[in-house]
Order: sequence, then structure tokens, then C-alpha cells
Amino acid sequence: MTDAALPRSAPTRAPIREATAWDRLKTNRNWLGFWFMVPAAAFLILFLAYPLGLGIWLSFTDTRIGRPGEFIGIENYEWVLGDRKFQDAVFNTLFYTTIASIAKFAIGLYLAILLNHHLPFKAMIRAIVLIPFIVPTVLSAIAFWWIFDPTFSIISWTLKEMGWRTTNINFLGDAWNARWSVIFANVWRGVPFIAITLLAGLQTVPPSLYEAATLDGATRWQMFRHITYPLLTPIIAVVMTFSVLFTFTDFQLIKVLTNGGPAGATELMATMSYNTAILGGKIGEGAAISTAMIPFLLGAIMISWFGLQRRKWQQGED
Amino acid sequence: MASVTIRDVRKAFGNVQIIHGVNIDIADGEFVVLVGPSGCGKSTLLRMLAGLENISAGEILIGDRVVNHVPPKERDIAMVFQNYALYPHMTVADNMAFSMSLRNAPKAEIKERVDKAAKILGLEKLLERYPKQLSGGQRQRVAMGRAIVRDPQVFLFDEPLSNLDAKLRVQMRTEIKELHQRLRTTTVYVTHDQIEAMTMADKIVVMHDGIVEQMGAPLDLYDRPENLFVAGFIGSPAMNFIRGKLGSGGFMADGGFHLPVGAAPAGSDGKPVVYGLRPEHIRIDSAGVPAEVVVLEPTGSETQVVLRAGGQDIIAVFRERLTAKPGEMIPISPSLPIAHLFDAETGKRLVA
Repeated sequence: MTDAALPRSAPTRAPIREATAWDRLKTNRNWLGFWFMVPAAAFLILFLAYPLGLGIWLSFTDTRIGRPGEFIGIENYEWVLGDRKFQDAVFNTLFYTTIASIAKFAIGLYLAILLNHHLPFKAMIRAIVLIPFIVPTVLSAIAFWWIFDPTFSIISWTLKEMGWRTTNINFLGDAWNARWSVIFANVWRGVPFIAITLLAGLQTVPPSLYEAATLDGATRWQMFRHITYPLLTPIIAVVMTFSVLFTFTDFQLIKVLTNGGPAGATELMATMSYNTAILGGKIGEGAAISTAMIPFLLGAIMISWFGLQRRKWQQGED
Repeated sequence: MASVTIRDVRKAFGNVQIIHGVNIDIADGEFVVLVGPSGCGKSTLLRMLAGLENISAGEILIGDRVVNHVPPKERDIAMVFQNYALYPHMTVADNMAFSMSLRNAPKAEIKERVDKAAKILGLEKLLERYPKQLSGGQRQRVAMGRAIVRDPQVFLFDEPLSNLDAKLRVQMRTEIKELHQRLRTTTVYVTHDQIEAMTMADKIVVMHDGIVEQMGAPLDLYDRPENLFVAGFIGSPAMNFIRGKLGSGGFMADGGFHLPVGAAPAGSDGKPVVYGLRPEHIRIDSAGVPAEVVVLEPTGSETQVVLRAGGQDIIAVFRERLTAKPGEMIPISPSLPIAHLFDAETGKRLVA
């Protein structure tokens, strides 16, 4: 063994080079970090912060299309708040957001729990569930436009064929019918996002917790109530915040389906802002309507942030 | 408390049978350890006992009740999981109280039982903490507390110490054993660690490939392993297996050296056998077999030596400190009068 020892001749080595200033900069994490951050920051400033700032600024001016405006203080807000149409739009938006979000949450959670079970063709069913989410909004809106068509609606046709109705349903022509119809379309579109996100959340719950609960004597419902639901709250908070924000600012679906009609019954703040600013040319007033959405959105974020998101049990400190 | 009887139990997942007819009798208050390498079916057997897996064939009795189709919560058992399975959103107290609060037990009774369990395990000061705020050993204790609160007929442990570091594992091992001595609840404990099995069990069940290889008191298994598998599994470092033949002069190893066998089994002349020699049963003996020192591993309290004799590696453990260097020859011989001899073909123990 001893005669098999490694040879001990000293290898020749190149002298170690002095570190230059550039070398030091290259390996400086803060310096590198700054440059890695620049593209993202530039993108956010250019496409998010700047338009937001511009919008807020415009809401304090009397800008119209083709004419630069002057600062007029809160005059736009005074006018908008007193406007009956705006008040209706706020009501419509709140109604639309509340009902659609609750429905999306309930159906999404139900689907997620269903998909979390061992089903045949699981992967395929999960893919199918995602379809409404990947179809462009405008396309699905057009499809719903046909489904809700006053003359050619497939729903009216089916009900008539089954003998349950004699006349067509006026889906988009009646104020409340139109409200429920757009909510239905929004729910159809929004459920997959919630279902798939909650499904991902469900899969992070260790199966041994359910086994322990089984031995502890929990029924199915008790397992949901005491284990699944509490462990899912952080994800519910995040996904519902996003869902509420997206629903509150919804534009495409309404624009294509009803364009705010009939007689403003489905006019949301987003569509009203667009119609006032771009179609009506009153940029300042439109911007004020948009800016008026910010407090609502902040409120929604605050509720989820303080009420739901971080729980004591998630924090690791002693 | 109750006895547990496992009668010809089989388990198959689809066409793959993984437990092939296991019979185990566990007396009331006994601490039984199921031990074996991973994939031997020990955890599956425990889960069948708990009701988390169904039983393909055979019967499991808790007390004198067949529990094959009894739902888990009615089997009156409590289980401690390998990853503890503590509910992360509940405090220690709520974790322990969960089973009782599900049954709508009165608040005062819950508190009394939780406090009692906490006192047994030294968890009084941690009751308001969340699992995330506990160390591994504390979580382990909470998991046991959850089992104790239920005051079950049988405790089931599924590799409860394998997520702990070595030092804590030894400490918790003692705690579990002490707990059993205090509560005297029938316990079935699964582990792959033979030292845990040896130190804790009243009775060890060695499993391998879905069958029971041997079952008995720890020292019986150590002294009289019935086959090569048990011989190699129980004891650390593992028993040396020296291949050779039995002859008139005793055991003749393949490398050309003799070892004494005490009384040779009748009619076994010339038969190929395996000579089992535990590392701790080797002594230095000037009349013994010369063996070359290959590696020397001093641990302080003892010295482990890899020796080579007749082309076969032999591991020896000496209590005394050794001054030999690698490459030197030292003479060794077995220190026990009776040798472990196994049939080289069947692996079964040969009895004189």
C-alpha cells in the first residue's frame, strides 16, 4: 500500500493576477443586481407607472381629444360624482364584482376539490377545465353574444323545443336579464383560473394530515372544514384578490356583449370611462372615472392583505 | 388495552402481492417492533392495522374483534406518523385536542386530558405554540401527545424517529420506551433501524419481502438467528459470513483456514456452509488464523478493524486499543464456543 503513494513533484503554477477594478465590479452583487433589475423596472415605469400617473394627472384637467387641457382641480370629480350615470355604473360594478366573485369562488373550489380526487382521465379533464381561460376573451364574448342572441339563442331554442317556454328569452335587452347574463359569461371565463390555482393549493396539503384526521375520527366535511379550508386560506386570499381586481376592471366582455346596455344597465366603471374618454372625447372626465376605481381596488387589496393572507401559523419565527 | 392478532394477512396492489401471509400474535401491553429493509411490507402492515389500507386476505383482530371492515376511527388506535402529520394551523393544544373536539367532548374534559398528556411529555410550556415554532424533537413529542390524549387500546408508530438527528433519536428512543413502561399500552412500532428494534422491543418481528423471517425477543434473535437474513440484519456492525465447507476437522474456509465449530451438525461432512461470526466475537489469539489488517477505525470506546484472511474480508470489533498498522498480520479466533452455521443453499440455520 505505501509504495503506491501519490508522486509529490511540485506542479508549476501561473502567478495569480491582480484583481482589476472591472473584476471587482463584475463580482459585486449589488452592481450586478442593479443592472439585472433595470429592464424590468423600465418596463414597469413605462407601461404601468407612467400611464397611471398620466391618468391621474389628466383627471385634474379639462383635456379633450385634439385639445390639450388646463388644470381645473377637482371639477371633473365633482361633476362625475353628481352624475346619475356614474352612480349607476358604480352600483353595476359592485354588483357584478360581488356576485361574479362569489360564484367563481364557490364553483372554482368545488371543481378543484373534485379534480383533486383520483378520477379516470384526470389529466384530460384538467385540460378541459382550462379551456375557457385560454380562449381569448373577445372570442368567448362573441360566442356568448350568439348564445344570448334575442332570435337565435340556443338556450331559448332548447327551452322551446323541450316545451318549457313559448317565446324567446330577451337575454341582453332587459336590464336584469342582461346583468345576470354578463355575470354568467364572466363566471364561465373566470372559474378555470380559480379552480386550477386552488387545485395547486390542495396538492400542497400533505396526505398524511388527512390520514391523521381519519384516525382522529373526522368526517369528510370535518376534514374540509378543519384542515383543507384553513390550509387553503393563504391561496384563497391571493387568488380571490386577483379575481376581484380582474372582475372589477372587466372591460372586454361587457364591451362586446352589451356595450353597457340596455340603457346603461350593464355599464361598468371601466366601460363608462372608455366611452366617455375615447368615444365621447372627454379625456379629463374619463380619466376621473378611471381614477375613481383606485380606492375600491385598494380597499379590496387591503381586506385580503390584512384579513386573510398571512397567518401566525405560517410564520416560522419562535 | 388489548392484544392484536394478525392471521395469515396478505396485501396485493393490483397483481403485485407485497405481503404474503403474515401471522403475528401481540400480547396485551407488549411492545412489538416490525423491522426490515425498505420495501419489506412493514409499513403497509401497520397501515392495514390502522385501517388506512384495506386487507386483501386474512384477518386482523384487535382484542377479540375482527377489524377488517371497521373504519379507522372505531378501531380505538392512535398512530404517530413519520413526518408527525401535525396540523400546521393549530396550536399544540388544539392538535392534541382535535380528536376529542371532533367528538364534541366537554371542554373541561379536553383540557384535563391535554394537560395530563402535556405533563407526561413535558410540553406544558409549548401548548400555545404552532408546530412551525417547535424543534423536531418537540414536534415528535406533540405527535405522541396527540396519541396519548386519545387513550387508545393500541399505539402505532410508523418510523417516528427517522426525521431526527442521531443524538435526538437516541434520546427519543429512551423516552418512548419509558413512556411504554409507564402506560403499558400495546404498541406496534415500525422501523428500519435494527438498533431501535433491539433496544425498545419486547418482541421483534423481522420482515423481508413480505414475509416474517423470524420473530422473538431481541436477544434470542441476536443469539440464535434462524437464517442468513436475520443474522445479517440484527447486530451492528453486521455479522461476518465466511464461506466454506464442513469437514472432520471442523469448518474449512474457502481461503484455506480452519475455524472451530463446537459440535458439528450430524451428517454434514463436505457440505457447503456459511460460518457466521459477529465482529464483537473475535479475539486476538496467538494460535488463531493469521489475518491482514486492511483498515483500522478507532471510535474511542472500541476499535473496528477490517481484516482479510484467505481472500475474505472479516470485520472485527475490539474493546481494547490496537497498535497494529495496516498491512500487519494479526492472529484471530472466535471467542464463542458455539458457531453460527448456515446452509449455503437455503440460508437456514444448521442445528447440531
